[in-house]
Amino acid sequence: MSDKKSFSPSRRTFLTASAAAGGALASGQLVHAQAATPDPLITEAQPWRQYLGAGVDAAPYGMPSPYESEVVRRTVPWLTADLVSSINFTPLHELDGIITPNGICFERHHGGAAEIDPADHRLMINGLVDTPMVFTMEDIMRFPRENHVYFLECAANTGMEWAGAQLNGCQFTHGMIHNVEYTGVPLRLLLEEAGVQTNGRWLLAEGADAAGMTRSIPMEKALDDCLVAFKMNGEALRVEQGYPLRLVVPGWEGNMWIKWLRRLEVGDEPWHHREETSKYTDLLEDGDARRFTWVMDAKSVITNPSPQAPILHGPGPTVLTGIAWSGRGTIPRVDVTLDGGRNWHQARMSGPSLDKSMHRFYYEFDWDGSPLLLQSRAIDSTGYVQPTKEQLREFRGENSIYHNNGIQTWFVNENGEAENVEVG
Amino acid sequence: MLKTLTLGAALLAGTATIAVAQDSAASREGGFGLGRAALPEEVAAWDWDVRPDGTGLPVGEGDVWTGEELFVDYCSACHGDFGEAVGRWPVLAGGQGTLTHEDPTKTIGSYWPYLSTVVDYVYRAMPYGQAESLTPDETYAIVAYLLNLNNVVDDDFVLSNETFHDVEMPNAGGFFMDDRDETEVAAWTREPCMTDCTDGAVEITMRATVLDVTPDEEGDDTAAAEPVVEENPVETGPSPELIAAGAGIWRQCQACHEVGEGARNRVGPALNGIVGADAGAREGFRYSPAFREAAEDGLVWTEENLIAYLHDPRSFMPRSRMVFNGIEADEDIRAVLAYIMSETPQ
Repeated sequence: MSDKKSFSPSRRTFLTASAAAGGALASGQLVHAQAATPDPLITEAQPWRQYLGAGVDAAPYGMPSPYESEVVRRTVPWLTADLVSSINFTPLHELDGIITPNGICFERHHGGAAEIDPADHRLMINGLVDTPMVFTMEDIMRFPRENHVYFLECAANTGMEWAGAQLNGCQFTHGMIHNVEYTGVPLRLLLEEAGVQTNGRWLLAEGADAAGMTRSIPMEKALDDCLVAFKMNGEALRVEQGYPLRLVVPGWEGNMWIKWLRRLEVGDEPWHHREETSKYTDLLEDGDARRFTWVMDAKSVITNPSPQAPILHGPGPTVLTGIAWSGRGTIPRVDVTLDGGRNWHQARMSGPSLDKSMHRFYYEFDWDGSPLLLQSRAIDSTGYVQPTKEQLREFRGENSIYHNNGIQTWFVNENGEAENVEVG
Repeated sequence: MLKTLTLGAALLAGTATIAVAQDSAASREGGFGLGRAALPEEVAAWDWDVRPDGTGLPVGEGDVWTGEELFVDYCSACHGDFGEAVGRWPVLAGGQGTLTHEDPTKTIGSYWPYLSTVVDYVYRAMPYGQAESLTPDETYAIVAYLLNLNNVVDDDFVLSNETFHDVEMPNAGGFFMDDRDETEVAAWTREPCMTDCTDGAVEITMRATVLDVTPDEEGDDTAAAEPVVEENPVETGPSPELIAAGAGIWRQCQACHEVGEGARNRVGPALNGIVGADAGAREGFRYSPAFREAAEDGLVWTEENLIAYLHDPRSFMPRSRMVFNGIEADEDIRAVLAYIMSETPQ
């Protein structure tokens, strides 16, 4: 069965309930909804209560309920020439907490997802080292490991929104992000095994895929907190996330997290390859471009309500929630506005608050059924306040493509339907 | 050494502090003795990245005219004969002076600061789906042609690992180091306003629905919700296992070829119904002279001929433009042919 998730029966109940609740709020007394007739889901025996369900091993690798079939990655076909060098988006509006399930972490490939037998995978370290080295996956699994939860955001996340509101749904505007617990070897330990020479100030990381993806990484970062990871959320990396081995570069743009990692070259200068000159550079209004814009600035988005997740229950108690993150640290505070930025309220943070990880916030309020202009504003542990899109444009114009961390606005109308808008 | 991280968020919410173990994996003096030394041949096989100063350039040379021929064969299906691009593939020529425009065109001529990046990228990743197939000479020729298309070098230019240093890229000075910390971060690190922060009510200035470019989710769902179940499938064709195996092998082909409903000619011709078809007969595809000759001689793509061709394309048809090393096992070739025929619209 793969029935489309249906809100209709519960929606009717909720509308009755909210009409009553609306009245109750006016009189200051709480009155619950009343049902006119008994609910057959309660009064009649249901098949799942009568007949046996599936046994163990019906699905040796378990899948979500068929009623969750809408919770999938989606692409925007007009963005790229084909699906091999393309991107899809995490369904943020369907998720809660901070961990992104492996199967719906967004994908970005430049030459398709390479399928590699771990027994055939090799990692080479060469360049300015005492001993150029080759490691098998077996070798790598014998080094000490660490576990860390980090967000990975593509530098182009929200890139379609520079010139104005364009895509209706936080999946499409903000879905080039996921947040995963990685298990891996500190990059430092592998570099120490090869012996980095004193003039080795840069690292070139290279993938084994058909794009031969390469990025230059300063040695200071490589030795600080980078990981060579083989597990995500406890299980092996997914093929589309770089199985069997990927680089983890905490807080920095996703393009640097080389997947299918096969080589690390130590050098004295950066390489200025395609992904750090032609792409992933930020063109400003005067025609000059910033390069090496590695750190992801503090950012947040309200995931519910949002265009793909309208308010279906009518006026009354409403849960507003969203996510926030910063490449510079943690997010101790998120503010939320219902009136387009005129008045702000501090949201409630819930769940682990980890360095360079996604954070979850909530703001519960009683919706009175009038239109809303929703925004969230992240403030990170360095005191950086997420800017408005106007503030961003003052510094960068509209041609930057990458690193758009401006405040997002959703307009919610009196029917609870939400739309991506800009305000002024 | 166990440090605990005090969580600001948890404190703000008045809940318990969560401790996160931050023990880092310790180094070992002299290393762990894991892995092995890389052999010089191994390093040489993988170490061919190029830097702006020319470090890492392969030895070779190529001229603009040779580059044009190669470009038309290997690159024009996506990038157009003159780098103008087909569909949404990257534009490779023009755009100088557009970086301050509303829609800048970023090409080698208008944007790329270093020639090394072009050589490195073409050699590393092109042609799309046939990486590592170009020789250094072919790479230099293609890059020379691209430079010529961008008016950076003349028609008679020969690019080599030596003349590389003579080329000046037009936008070499157009980049500067990330300065966000000094500019933006300083401007935005301040206590934010909480009440009456705007002059009066806020107005909507732009709506996404005006553009209507969001993919339609309903459309996606109808297909998924109603799987087509074939009743009593007739068991005459190749086995599903063979077709499935062929689908995996097809990945080697799909960078250049399409098959199925609406298949188009790309770098290579569309392959619908190829088994049993006349060679060189796909309408609208620009075949190589070798293919045109074979077609005139009446070559038919029987399974036997296809197996011989796909084993070793260059031996079967020496001047074919197909850049492909071949498939070793007969069974793999049969599988991919079964896949192609299963995808061919009836």
